Amino acid sequence: MQIPIEYYLILSAFMFSVGVVGVLTRRNAIVVFMCVELMLNSANLTLITYSSYLGDTVGQLFVFFVMAVAAAEAAVGLAIIIAIFRNKLTINIDEINILKW
Amino acid sequence: MSLELILSIVFGGICAVTALLVITRINPVISALFLVVNFASLAGLYLILNAQFIAIAQIIVYAGAIMVFFLFVIMLLNPESEKKFFSHKPYIKIFTVVIVAIVFVQIIYMIFLAQPSEELIKESAKSVNAGTIEQIGRELFTNYVLPFEAAGYLLLAATIGALVIAKKKFE
Amino acid sequence: MFENTQQFLDMLPIIIIGAGILISTTIEMYSEKSEAVLPWFSVFIFSAAAFYSLVYADKQSIILQNMLSTGGITNIFYFIFNIGAAIVCLLSLDYTKKYGMNYGEYYILIQASVLGMMFMAGAKDLFMIFLGLEIMSVSFYVLAGVNRKKEKAIEGALKYFLLGAFATGFLVYGIALIYGSAQSTSIEVITAGFTSLTGNILFVAGVLLFLIGFSFKIAAFPFHMWVPDVYQGSPTTVSGLFSTAGKAAAFSAIIATLAALFNSSPDNIFSPYLSVLALFSMLFGSIVAIAQSNIKRMLAYSSISHAGYMLIGLAAGSFDGTAGVIFYLTVYTFMNLAAFGIVALIEGENETNLELDSYSGLGNRNPVLAALLSICMFSLAGIPPMAGFFGKYYVFIAAIKSDLIWLAIVGIFSSVISVYFYLRVVVLMYFKDSEFEKVPAKSFSGFLGVTISILLIIALGIFPGSLLDLITSYL
Repeated sequence: MQIPIEYYLILSAFMFSVGVVGVLTRRNAIVVFMCVELMLNSANLTLITYSSYLGDTVGQLFVFFVMAVAAAEAAVGLAIIIAIFRNKLTINIDEINILKW
Repeated sequence: MSLELILSIVFGGICAVTALLVITRINPVISALFLVVNFASLAGLYLILNAQFIAIAQIIVYAGAIMVFFLFVIMLLNPESEKKFFSHKPYIKIFTVVIVAIVFVQIIYMIFLAQPSEELIKESAKSVNAGTIEQIGRELFTNYVLPFEAAGYLLLAATIGALVIAKKKFE
Repeated sequence: MFENTQQFLDMLPIIIIGAGILISTTIEMYSEKSEAVLPWFSVFIFSAAAFYSLVYADKQSIILQNMLSTGGITNIFYFIFNIGAAIVCLLSLDYTKKYGMNYGEYYILIQASVLGMMFMAGAKDLFMIFLGLEIMSVSFYVLAGVNRKKEKAIEGALKYFLLGAFATGFLVYGIALIYGSAQSTSIEVITAGFTSLTGNILFVAGVLLFLIGFSFKIAAFPFHMWVPDVYQGSPTTVSGLFSTAGKAAAFSAIIATLAALFNSSPDNIFSPYLSVLALFSMLFGSIVAIAQSNIKRMLAYSSISHAGYMLIGLAAGSFDGTAGVIFYLTVYTFMNLAAFGIVALIEGENETNLELDSYSGLGNRNPVLAALLSICMFSLAGIPPMAGFFGKYYVFIAAIKSDLIWLAIVGIFSSVISVYFYLRVVVLMYFKDSEFEKVPAKSFSGFLGVTISILLIIALGIFPGSLLDLITSYL
C-alpha cells in the first residue's frame, strides 16, 4: 500500500506547531533555540517528502543547505548565549530584561 | 500491512512524541536528548522516503555534531531547571497553545483541501534515483554551484562571528 | 563555472566583495595594523562595487544556471547596499575607537553582510534568497553584539538572534510549501505559473509564511518587538546599517520573489495582508515614537513606520508601487544613515548624549552638525522640497491608483503625526538653551560620511525624476 503524502505533511505540520509553542513558552535560551531547530527539521521533512514524491533532487539539496545554515546559526547563537552567561550568569530570558522584552 | 507502512508509523510516532517531550521536560539536558532521538527517527523517515544521503547527513551532522555542541554548551553553563510547564504564567501559555492549535488545525484543513496526493503518487524508481549521492553531487556541483559557494561564505562569516563574540580577550 | 568572460564581468560587483572578504581575512590574520587598513580597504571595495554596478546597470542578464540576475533593478539595489555600507565604514572609523572595539573583524562582518544582501537582491532561485538572507543575518547577529563588554549590546544580540532564528523557521517552512506546490524553487517558474498556482491553497499558505518570515526582517508591526531594543543596544553605526541596507535587502528579496505579484496582476490576493501590515506599522511606529526620550529608540520606532510606508507600495501591487518602493528605499537609506551618523558623532563615551535633551542648543554649539541634522529630520518627516517627500508621494500616488485610497489617507495622517517628533529635535536644537557645554568630538571620516549622504539627499530632492525614470526603465 502506498503511504499518502498527507501523512508526512501533517506530521511535519504537527512538529512545526510544537516547535512554535516551545519557542513562545520556554524561558531557557538554549531550549528556545532547540525548539527553533525542531521547526527547521519539520520544514526539512516537508521538503524531503515533496522531493521524494516528485522524484526531484532539488528538495534534498535544499535540506542540505538548511543543515549548513543550522550549523552556522548554532555556532553564532551558542557563542552569543555563552557571552550573555559571562555577563549575567543566567540564560533565562525572563531575567535578561535591562531592555524590555 | 507492508513493512514500509509499519516503519513509517513507528518512526512518525516517535517523532511526534519526542517533539512533545522536548518542549515539556523542565531539564534542558533531557530536552536535548529527546531532540537527538527525534532527529534520529526523522533520519529513519528520510530513509523510507528514499533520501539516503540526507538520512546519513542528518545522523552525522544534526544528531551527531550540532546536538553534541548543544549538550556541550548546556553542560558548560549548567543552567538550573525551569519551573513546571503550566506552573508559571499558566494563562499566557494556555493561550499560546490554543492559538497554535487553531493554526495547526487550519493547516490540516488546507492539506486536505489541496489534496496533494491526487496529483503526487510516488514512483519508486524515480524517487530512489533522486536521493542517491551521485545525483545529489552532480546537481550540487553543476546547477547549484553558486549556492554551494554562498554556503562557504556563510560558514566563514559564522566562524569569524563566533570568534568575535565568544573569545575571552581581545588584544 | 562561467561560460564566458561576459558572465564574469556581469557578476563583478559580487566578485569584488567576495574577494574582498578573503583578502580582508588574510590582512587581519597577518598584519599588525589591520585596524587601520581594513576600514579604508572596505570603503574602497564598496565604492568600487557601487560605482561598477551603477555604470553597467543596463547590461541585464541571468547567469550561472538561472541562479543570479545581473543588471537593471538588481544593480540599483547593489548600489544602495554598497554606498550604504561604505558610509557606515566611514562613520565607524572613529566611533569604534570610542568604545574600544576597533577590531578588523567588525569590517569583515560588514563585508559579509553586504555579500548576503547582494545574493538576495540578485536571486533568481529560492536557494539564493535563503542563503543570502542567512549570510546577512548571521553577520548582523554578531555585529549587534560586537561590543560584547556592554550588557545591553549582548542582550540585544540575543534577542535579535532568537527572533531572527524563529523567523527563519517560518521562512523555511514557507519555502518548503512553495517548492511542493510549484514543484520548483526557480523564481522564473514560480513567476510564470503564479496565477494558476494561487489556486492551490498550500502555495498561498507557503507565500504567507514566507512573507511572515520577511516581515521580521523588514520590522513590520506585529513582528517588530526586537527593533527598538536591538537598535538601542547595538553600536549606533551598526544600527544605521540594520535599518537601511538590511531593510532594503529584505524588500529586494520580496520584490524579486513575488515579482508576479507586483507586476500589475489584477487580483493581488496578498494585498489585504500587506495593507494591514502597512496600516499598523505606520500608526504604531509614529505614535510610539512620540513617547521616546532616547534618540536611538525614536529612530527605531520611526523605522517601523517607514517600513509601513514602503509596504503601501507593495500592497498597491503595480509597477508604480514597486518603483515607488525602490525610490523610497534609496532615499530612506541616505537620510536614515545620515541621521544615525550624526547621532554617532554626537554620542559621547559610555552612551552619553543619547537623550533628546542633549540636543538642546546644538544650533549654538555646533551649527554645522545642527544644520545637517535639520535637513535629515525635514527629509524624514517628508516636508516638500526634500527627497523624503517624493518617496512618500510616489508610494501614496501608486496606492490611490490601485484603489487603496484609505491606505493613502492613513499614510498622510501618520506622516503628520511623525512631523511632531522629527521637528521636536529641530526645535530643541535651535530654540532651547543648552545646559551642557560639551562640544561633540571631531571625526573627519564620520563627517565625510554624513556629508556624502546629505549631498545625495539634496540631489535626489532636486532631481527625483531622474532616479525614478531609471528605476521604471528597468522594471
